Amino acid sequence: MSQDQGSSQAGGRLIRVPILTRVEGEGALNIRLRGSSIEGVELNIYEPPRFFEALLRGRPIEDVADITSRICGICPIAYQMTAVQAIESILGVGVPASIADLRRLVYCAEWIESHVLHIHLLHAPDFFDCHSAMELVKKFPVEVKRGLRLKQIGNRILEVLGGRAIHPINIAIGGFYRLPKESEIRELIPMVQQGLEGAMQAARWLSGLSFPDFSVPYNYVSLTHPERYPIESGEIAIDEDLIIQACQYESHFQEVQVPHSTALQSRRMPDRGEYFVGPMARLYYNQSRLTPQAKQLADQIGFDARRCNPHQSILARAIETVFAFEESLRILTSLSYRELYQSPCQVAYVPKAGGGQSLTEAPRGLIFHRYQIDAQGHVESAKIVPPTSQNQARIEADLVCLLEQMHAQSDRAIAQACERLVRTYDPCISCSTHFLKVKIDRL
Amino acid sequence: MQENPVLPVKNAVKPRVAVVKFASCDGCQLTLLDCEDELLAIADRVHFAHFAEASSDLQPGPYDLTIVEGSVSTPEDRHRIVKLRAQSKKLITIGACATAGGVQALRNFASSDEYKKAVYASPEMIQTLSDSTPIARHVQVDFELRGCPVDKQQLIEVLLAFAEGRQPKTSTESVCQPCKRRGTVCVVVAQKKPCLGPVTQAGCGSICPAYDRGCYACFGPSAQPNMRGLSEGLLSGKLSNPQAAMFLQSFHAASDEFAAESLRLWQIESRSGKTKEAT
Repeated sequence: MSQDQGSSQAGGRLIRVPILTRVEGEGALNIRLRGSSIEGVELNIYEPPRFFEALLRGRPIEDVADITSRICGICPIAYQMTAVQAIESILGVGVPASIADLRRLVYCAEWIESHVLHIHLLHAPDFFDCHSAMELVKKFPVEVKRGLRLKQIGNRILEVLGGRAIHPINIAIGGFYRLPKESEIRELIPMVQQGLEGAMQAARWLSGLSFPDFSVPYNYVSLTHPERYPIESGEIAIDEDLIIQACQYESHFQEVQVPHSTALQSRRMPDRGEYFVGPMARLYYNQSRLTPQAKQLADQIGFDARRCNPHQSILARAIETVFAFEESLRILTSLSYRELYQSPCQVAYVPKAGGGQSLTEAPRGLIFHRYQIDAQGHVESAKIVPPTSQNQARIEADLVCLLEQMHAQSDRAIAQACERLVRTYDPCISCSTHFLKVKIDRL
Repeated sequence: MQENPVLPVKNAVKPRVAVVKFASCDGCQLTLLDCEDELLAIADRVHFAHFAEASSDLQPGPYDLTIVEGSVSTPEDRHRIVKLRAQSKKLITIGACATAGGVQALRNFASSDEYKKAVYASPEMIQTLSDSTPIARHVQVDFELRGCPVDKQQLIEVLLAFAEGRQPKTSTESVCQPCKRRGTVCVVVAQKKPCLGPVTQAGCGSICPAYDRGCYACFGPSAQPNMRGLSEGLLSGKLSNPQAAMFLQSFHAASDEFAAESLRLWQIESRSGKTKEAT
């Protein structure tokens, strides 16, 4: 936690967390309390806006993956993949199965790198009264070093397939600019086998944690797919009884602008309700479609997304990390190299005017891109809805529930608990292209 | 995990380091956390006194070294960087945003009000400057490390050099030299692809040509780049003037050399457009 600044004025309290820590990007929290009543909770995103949707206008479609990648250094693949798929849908381009497999593999690698980072470096310190992984490593050297090793394996897959781990350069409309050599791909297998074992050990370690008692009924939203755990495609599960097609996304969800944030908040329509995207939501709808070892692990540690305890999201990420390793291994060992190298690595295309969209599951949850392009292949308009702007309203609603339980406690305890709750979401503030901040006012 | 004694401990007093963020994607800070083998060794050698992404223990300055990611793009940040400089013995900037304004500096070539309107329903709520600018435009900077994102090995070298009190050794050659050494067949010559390698500073490992695509200049202009030579010799015939201008306007759009050449190409285009209209 950063230095929380409390102040009392005429029986009210203002509690501020001016810098949220161990999150990606910059935000703050403002809380205003009067006695037991909560007058306001704002997650302020003061991350400066960078206007991606505007600066994409007029750019050639080939630039979109490289530019949208720069929205987030932690999950560039999510942006690149969603962008190229949206554009491919406009151009009517379909990629061969082996290319689709490699794309799923590189997306798995990003889940690994991002989840392992959040679990070990950002979230786990909260459970052991540590400020950072640098402190945590003194108590748990084996566990933290194992985490760093797992992250390295995720990054290695990204380097082989993407050219580099941060802002990969190899994701193209129609496939890849170049395919790695068979030997380069095969070299990943023993590493991924080792990673799977390490990820299982990490999940078992985390299953022994004790979690703060907190539960709110959530409206989970995630992709769902009849055959496999959703990453790069699927329909959208909105609740138990409602599954919609990707093309219906914008008629069910809408972005609204709030004064305290440079991020637009996304709400479910028509009642403007909050909803929850990310690993917990994905497991809620798709636990039965996990890979065998991940499924067994989830059962063994008794994970149940229906408990709706956001603090357990660390388990959800651990389970998904096991899944991502297992799925990577499946792809690597079942890949048809003959088919892969037989056809060109990039399907040829001709620009044409039109609009199209794509939805995928970024490590932090559902991500939506829509583009309109002209006949020469230039972007006319772009709309990007990152996971954190969808979760932002839900985070604020969670904070209100938490404050109802603990308003009588000290400003310091409140600020600490609130920040911890925010962190369970793994918010990516840099991603919320448009923008988050915590301060608490007790009035 | 293999032990990597990257930063040998010389004395017991660790320098106090701050890592701070301005407008950026977090990727360059993440590069520090991506130093998996070296991270713990680095943390043994320097004390991260203020590193919000990695630690909730945020200590006030002064700092021996401040590492800055991101560009200045809001009125508030313009003041924040000045205060930060006053608290820092040394200040190093990392990444294209901090050293050149980043991809968000594309707004410097457009109307910032139009950009706001394109993204926000109530643009008046959004406080930004019309330009995104590098840190060195606002305060004195001791060393600039290029890259979008920065290279891990170069970042470690910069930290090591700081700990040893010397200048970092980072290359100023162009992407072409390491590209040749890597044994990549030139994509301009063999595949007739446009490539910014000849005018771009090395550091990434010349990755793009090795993946069969032209360099798009993540590391910004190399020392004394021959921009006219590039446009007239390598890009012309492959790209129209507006296409070539846009090719130069990406993550280092606001770097002096790239900005000047892209504007020159736009001007040629608008002049020839007028000539065509007149005839």
